[in-house]
Amino acid sequence: MMRSYLQNKFGNPSNLYKLGREAQRAIEDSSEKIAAVLNCQAKELIFTGSATEANNLAIAGVARANKDKGGKIIISNVEHKGILAVASYLKQEGFETIRLNVGENGLINPEELKNILAEETILVSVTYADNETGSIQPVGKMAEIIKEFRKKHSCLTPYFHTDASQAAPYLDLDVERLGVDLMTLSGHKVYGPKGIGALYVKKGIPINRLRSGTENVPAIVGFGEAVKLAEKEKKSEYQRVKKLRDKLEQGIFKIISKVILNGHLAKRLPNFLNISILDIEGEALLLYLDEIGIYVNTGSACNSQSLEPSHILTALGRPHEYVHGSVRFTLGRYSQENDIDYVLKNLPPLVEKLRKISPLKLKLGKKKQ
Amino acid sequence: MKKRKPDVINKLAGGSWAYSKIVKSHFFSPRNLLVEDPDKLQFDAEGIVGSPACGDVMRIWLKIDPKTERIKEFKWRTFGCASAIAATSMLSVMVTEKGGLKIDKALQIKPQDIMKRLGGLPERKIHCSVLGDKALRSALNNWFKKTGQFGRIIVEGLKILDPHTKVTEADIEEAVLAGALTLEEVQQRTKVGIGYPQCLPEVEQFIRFYKEKYFGGGGGK
Repeated sequence: MMRSYLQNKFGNPSNLYKLGREAQRAIEDSSEKIAAVLNCQAKELIFTGSATEANNLAIAGVARANKDKGGKIIISNVEHKGILAVASYLKQEGFETIRLNVGENGLINPEELKNILAEETILVSVTYADNETGSIQPVGKMAEIIKEFRKKHSCLTPYFHTDASQAAPYLDLDVERLGVDLMTLSGHKVYGPKGIGALYVKKGIPINRLRSGTENVPAIVGFGEAVKLAEKEKKSEYQRVKKLRDKLEQGIFKIISKVILNGHLAKRLPNFLNISILDIEGEALLLYLDEIGIYVNTGSACNSQSLEPSHILTALGRPHEYVHGSVRFTLGRYSQENDIDYVLKNLPPLVEKLRKISPLKLKLGKKKQ
Repeated sequence: MKKRKPDVINKLAGGSWAYSKIVKSHFFSPRNLLVEDPDKLQFDAEGIVGSPACGDVMRIWLKIDPKTERIKEFKWRTFGCASAIAATSMLSVMVTEKGGLKIDKALQIKPQDIMKRLGGLPERKIHCSVLGDKALRSALNNWFKKTGQFGRIIVEGLKILDPHTKVTEADIEEAVLAGALTLEEVQQRTKVGIGYPQCLPEVEQFIRFYKEKYFGGGGGK
């Protein structure tokens, strides 16, 4: 589908001639496909270069356009680094950010939101499901609380934004049912192209737009189709992937000792498994697994830019020595049962080898050695 | 040392992510690893440095010939990333090769020497190699105590990190306690490494260590 827009249908959508109109039509078609899934209007979608850009637009754009209504923004402490970065940047412009804390299970308590909402709050932005543990936040419940607050104070704000990038392939994206005012989507998380994202902005919400210029037509076309396909197989993929993930999870907990689950046991994306394996360091395990074609991620400090361990796992109250041994497995459309068997066969001996190399003998459940 | 073209350059940090062949070899097949837990009298000295919370712990065991003062055996276990594991493994080779180094020679090994033998480390991994020589000093201090050579004990805090400014580990600790939590802030207070940048990886490691020790981890950024 994308190829024709890279080869013969290369018109600029801003132009009036046939090729231009064709390109414009393609953008509209793609918007319609996404709008159908989100249960919104095509005009309520803004295409961006990534989910991070969409998040920046949602937060900075809404904050700047609503500064007259107040200067407070609420986010959570398990947001993607991009959200933390834009929130911290907005401090320079005089905005204040308040963070909701998650519990040990990775979830926000909606009651806590009730307690900190204030008339100066212009925006609440909470991830639908975070990118490390995949824990699913009570977005619907939070939307209710925000609506109640707006009604009680007869005001338009706060607006409610959620980053649905990770959640998109598996969870409900109906913005009416969820009750969100803004929502971020990412192209490659739904098996579309990279370098494309979108922000849903409910009609009438003031927002300072940042992006201008010619649209990336081929990517938009691919994105729309990907969202449509992902929606079609959402239910069956949810079940299929969850079955594989559960097999992996149960297998690991059965074979390997001293493992803990990071994130919520049930309220979690079906393709996420984040665990801490005690006594070993995540980056070392990552590289051992990489060598045999198993690709995982870790929240260990050694693997990060800042040399700080994952802020999401520390937000769950995990001690640093647990975070250093964290490994995230993610499954997807192309994961098969034999992949799970391959991991279950090869992971335990590598863990055993690294434990032989390690001098640690941490006790499960105890905070310090 | 032959310069290899790195396979990937990190566009944010700038440094290469590529591990040298030697690092990989020591990481995948560690030398001189202590496999079985030792008997009490099996080794002459042992030392341990680091903390699980910081992400690096090295523990080493030595056999020393008291007559020649040569280190005959160096066994170890390390909790940490690939660089930390490879650095300990390489240090064990450097100390025991050619009949074993004499204690005074072994004490002169610097993190840079280990790195050189490893064929270099990715820039942002340099800090992972600095625990090795500390672990060795800790084990040799243990031996000095056991053999009653108290005058030879090296007081870690007094070790000079930067010969130009004579900044010691204790100075770094003091700066961190006074609220300097980044390298820049510590440099403003102590001038450490301004004329001797080779010491900066080690200085950063100490900042990280004392930050953790006095202000805890929690929260992240």
